[in-house]
Amino acid sequence: MFDVIHPDDLRLIARLHGGLPLVERPYRAVADELGLGEEHVIARLQALLADGVLTRFGPLFQIERAGGAFVLAAMQVPAARFDAVAAQVNARPEVAHNYRREHALNLWFVAAATSADAVEHAIQAIEADTGLTVLRFPKEREFFVELKLPLLEPVEADHAAG
Amino acid sequence: MPLDDFDRRLIAATQAGLPLVPRPFDAVGERLGCSGEQVRRRLQAMLDQGLVRRIGAVPNHYRLGFTANGMTVWDVADERVDELGAEVGALPGVSHCYRRPRRLPQWRYNLFAMLHGRSRAEVEAQRGQVRALLGAACRADDVLYSSAILKKTGLRLNEG
Repeated sequence: MFDVIHPDDLRLIARLHGGLPLVERPYRAVADELGLGEEHVIARLQALLADGVLTRFGPLFQIERAGGAFVLAAMQVPAARFDAVAAQVNARPEVAHNYRREHALNLWFVAAATSADAVEHAIQAIEADTGLTVLRFPKEREFFVELKLPLLEPVEADHAAG
Repeated sequence: MPLDDFDRRLIAATQAGLPLVPRPFDAVGERLGCSGEQVRRRLQAMLDQGLVRRIGAVPNHYRLGFTANGMTVWDVADERVDELGAEVGALPGVSHCYRRPRRLPQWRYNLFAMLHGRSRAEVEAQRGQVRALLGAACRADDVLYSSAILKKTGLRLNEG
């Protein structure tokens, strides 16, 4: 289940997709645009992070531009070992994201580090820890990365699809 | 371009999040022993270089009602994948779109597009749009729905 998010919070989240202005008091600048108060914006961001509605707020680094690397990787984990293997994968600090997916390849994670060698080292360590093969899917080309969820559109899709 | 020492410290100081205080860049500067203006100037340079994509919020899609998350994967003719990938990436509901290597025999797909919807029906409708766009250039496809987020911390570099 999910929460009903207050419309002012949705406006704030949608506004922050576009990036925080690099000014001395950025929360005040965003608050002014939205007709809210600076204290309100700060308090709502704290609450949204504490509640887990936002997972992070801050600069989103593209470490590949500085010689770093991200690799998407997949594993076929026996169901009986799934939780233990997921914990072994998550224990690596290089693992930034990890998802369970409905497929024979049922565990998909992203490993990130400051060099391709460091990513490969982390993946090899995961293979050693788990005794399982990891398929590597480094990105060869990025076509588009942008969050463009229709946050401010009315919820009609379920009806339309039915 | 390689990161210098200041860049590394700036990343380490902000990768977990920007301080939620009225003057967040001044607060970062205090930690790093420089002015808030220097922090902002360096972040602007990183934005210009693409080292910082943006300074913003990363929502938990599930908590915003986008509970259906399908990683769609497509086996697209090599000579057309770059042209078509750009078109797929521009579709609404697509948050990430990449060309990746095939891993035969286990994995034949070379184009990955992440779709987000409020229901699987919505994701399937988006998938239909992608399929129509790819047409005969696509030989097979699949969708992998996520059933749990096991970890989502974003990038973490070691400090120092």
